[in-house]
Amino acid sequence: MSRSPFASRRALLAGAGSLFAWGYAPRLASAARRDPRLLVVILRGGLDGLAAVPALGDPDFDSARLAPELREAGATLPLDGFFAINRNMPALAQLYQDRQALILHAVASPYRDRSHFDAQDLLESGLPKLVDGGRSGWLNRVLAGLPRGERLPPPKGLAIAPTIPVILQGGAPVETWQRQAFAYADDDTVARLLDLYEARDPKLAAALRDGVLLDNVTMAEDGMAPGRTAGRLDFATDAAGAARIMARPDGPRIGAMAFSGWDTHADQGSITGGLGKRLAALDAAIGAFRSGLGPVWEDTVVAVVTEFGRTVRLNGSRGTDHGTATTAFLIGGAVKGGRVLADWPGLGQQQLREGRDLAPTTDLRAVMKGILAEHLGIGDAALGGTVFPQSEALVRLRGLCG
Amino acid sequence: MQPMIATQRFGLGAGPGELARLGCDPLAWLLAQLDQPTGLPADDRIPGSPGAMDHFLRRQELVRSRNAREKAGETLIPLSREVVDFLHPNEIVQANLNQGLATAIATPTPLLERLALHWINHFTTSLASAPVYLGYFGAAFEREAIRPHMLGRFEDMLFATSTHTAMLFYLDNRRSVGPNSTAGKRRGRGLNENLAREIMELHSLGVDGGYTQADVIALARILTGWSAEIDRPAPSTAARMGFFPELHEPGPQVVLGRRYADTGPDQLKAVLHDLAQHPNTARHVARRLVRHFIGDTAPAELAQTVAKVFQDSGGDLKAITGALLRSPAAAAAPPARVRPPIELLLGTARLLGRAPEPPRPMMALTAMGQPFRGAASPAGWPEEDDAWGAPDAIKTRLDWAIALAARQPAGLDARALLDQAFGAETSPELRRAVGRAADSRQALVLLLMSPEYQRR
Repeated sequence: MSRSPFASRRALLAGAGSLFAWGYAPRLASAARRDPRLLVVILRGGLDGLAAVPALGDPDFDSARLAPELREAGATLPLDGFFAINRNMPALAQLYQDRQALILHAVASPYRDRSHFDAQDLLESGLPKLVDGGRSGWLNRVLAGLPRGERLPPPKGLAIAPTIPVILQGGAPVETWQRQAFAYADDDTVARLLDLYEARDPKLAAALRDGVLLDNVTMAEDGMAPGRTAGRLDFATDAAGAARIMARPDGPRIGAMAFSGWDTHADQGSITGGLGKRLAALDAAIGAFRSGLGPVWEDTVVAVVTEFGRTVRLNGSRGTDHGTATTAFLIGGAVKGGRVLADWPGLGQQQLREGRDLAPTTDLRAVMKGILAEHLGIGDAALGGTVFPQSEALVRLRGLCG
Repeated sequence: MQPMIATQRFGLGAGPGELARLGCDPLAWLLAQLDQPTGLPADDRIPGSPGAMDHFLRRQELVRSRNAREKAGETLIPLSREVVDFLHPNEIVQANLNQGLATAIATPTPLLERLALHWINHFTTSLASAPVYLGYFGAAFEREAIRPHMLGRFEDMLFATSTHTAMLFYLDNRRSVGPNSTAGKRRGRGLNENLAREIMELHSLGVDGGYTQADVIALARILTGWSAEIDRPAPSTAARMGFFPELHEPGPQVVLGRRYADTGPDQLKAVLHDLAQHPNTARHVARRLVRHFIGDTAPAELAQTVAKVFQDSGGDLKAITGALLRSPAAAAAPPARVRPPIELLLGTARLLGRAPEPPRPMMALTAMGQPFRGAASPAGWPEEDDAWGAPDAIKTRLDWAIALAARQPAGLDARALLDQAFGAETSPELRRAVGRAADSRQALVLLLMSPEYQRR
């Protein structure tokens, strides 16, 4: 077409540098010469922390756990003599060796019931208890509260998902991204549709405009969709996509994504079965973060969390039911790793919560507050007020980063 | 009620000539559908539960022999290339989607298809976590547990879904054994609470429905026995599914303060009857129904009205659906919800009068974030108005629409489709955009992506 009453793609993209608003943003004021990134990975379904990071040194491990495969030779890699790591996670073990992985255990959100959906809601909203109706996510409130220069638009977050998860819902703008399946729309059609949306539906107009810009960020990158092996569980491709977008100088500094399928009620197979394979897929994703983030890895924290743990004992169908405390991983060049942090509650029958769950001794919010303070420079007042409401009395963990 | 509200909010969009048939009384057109049959025609690629079990067992036998041969060092050809005498699970899933598309094109009762989508989602069983089991039994679940009851009694649907093989696999009740049952004592196996919890939290009372962990465990005990036998010999295929007394936890159980004597399979029937009549169930089910059809902004009184009809009628779903349709608030709320991908695909089939492909509908649904019958959790798909309207999602829809339009016949008349779909309600902006499009394919893209088409 020769006539051009419509904006061309190039014109549409003139503002591409501002997609995540970081192109113009000064480096975060609180951390001179640093440019920190934070990615939160949610394991939906409830990770069995004792299968991922078994406490082999606990005197009650054998009697409590009834999962003999974790004891078998070669099933785990040693960490610190007390804890070991599932052998399906060699990349995480290597980061631990390199002091870039910090493992937390016996952690839990404030949630104490057994519903996935409520537990995820609380994990992601950052509220002290469930509320009805509208809620925003704590990571969105972090975005909204990040220090930034005057007259700058609020920085945008990134959700690797088809829709915005609760953790990133709220007032601060968020982009979603997922792997591309079709050829990209031509500029002319985009422009005509945008014209229609601007007249009829401003929300769809904003969505389309941002969707086009986001494509532009990733379309130049070759190999955004590496071939998947059919039938094999793949978390690494999405992880590589997230890493590439976040590694860009003008990319987002705050992101979230989720890996599903941790609800192992039956035949969970911690080493060679379903859970073992899923841990291996998570480990491949961890490797993809490490390599994809490249030079910015040094100033990155990836927090891997889940909504709750699982019952200590295997159930009648060799799986585990919804529990309470579990493990969490902090990885990245900015993490002071090579440690397992746990105020270990013990696995004796009397020490279990309600006689069935690993007892929570560390509030996950205290962990995240520690990261947000030390890594992003967010003040305690904001952490205890807006980010994690009514958590002023909850002391943040110190010495997680640096 | 505006015709577009009737066709899109409560249907799959207007097929050829449908706006004319609605005439001046769209509500009557909707209400008349409530008297029509809810079933689907037989399809020999979509077996019912007994057939699905036969296919499943034959596949399982082959898989086991392949495993043995592989262990013995043999190199195997892929399972999909073996010559087999059974349907693979993905063939059934594909046939199910194909039938859905064919139904969407031709059905005179699109409201019933939308109700089926809603109730399938309310009682989610998902291919995401159990692709083989649900591949075999998922389509049967819709035909045996959902469709026969969706204009009947909620209580019957609750019982049918809770005891269907698909659900027993999906929420692990197949593996749940009463610790004091014959089998429990012999095999040392025990309870699995998953199904009991989701029945209370998602299917009936709702998460704030006033039950405790003790209630969940009691219901889990009552549910023991409802299972499927796929490992040991059985006298018949039918004997492989249903209630197995040797797995059932003996003795009375107390749920929500009420004692249920151990009457075997009837123990579950009794407790589900009471759960279905509970006011919190009326409230929860009404809320989900209103939210699905109307959206976030529906006035709270609408859900209260529907809940009251639920309670007064003892869970008569025809009365409940009728109350929703008749409510002025349901007709007055402006189109708010971005149509979920499955509605977009089925609606486009109805609009075009043929399956919208290529791209393959199965692949398109996955790309748009809603893999067919593959919700990520038992809670089902998100129901927020803009859940499907995020930037990447809208852009993916546009890319899909362009790929679809590129393979449509060159002479396709998008203006005629505009009249078919929206008639006099077409906005001047859309009419202008379609009229000025560079070619008929771009015109179709603009129609498919228009706010009128995307929201309902």
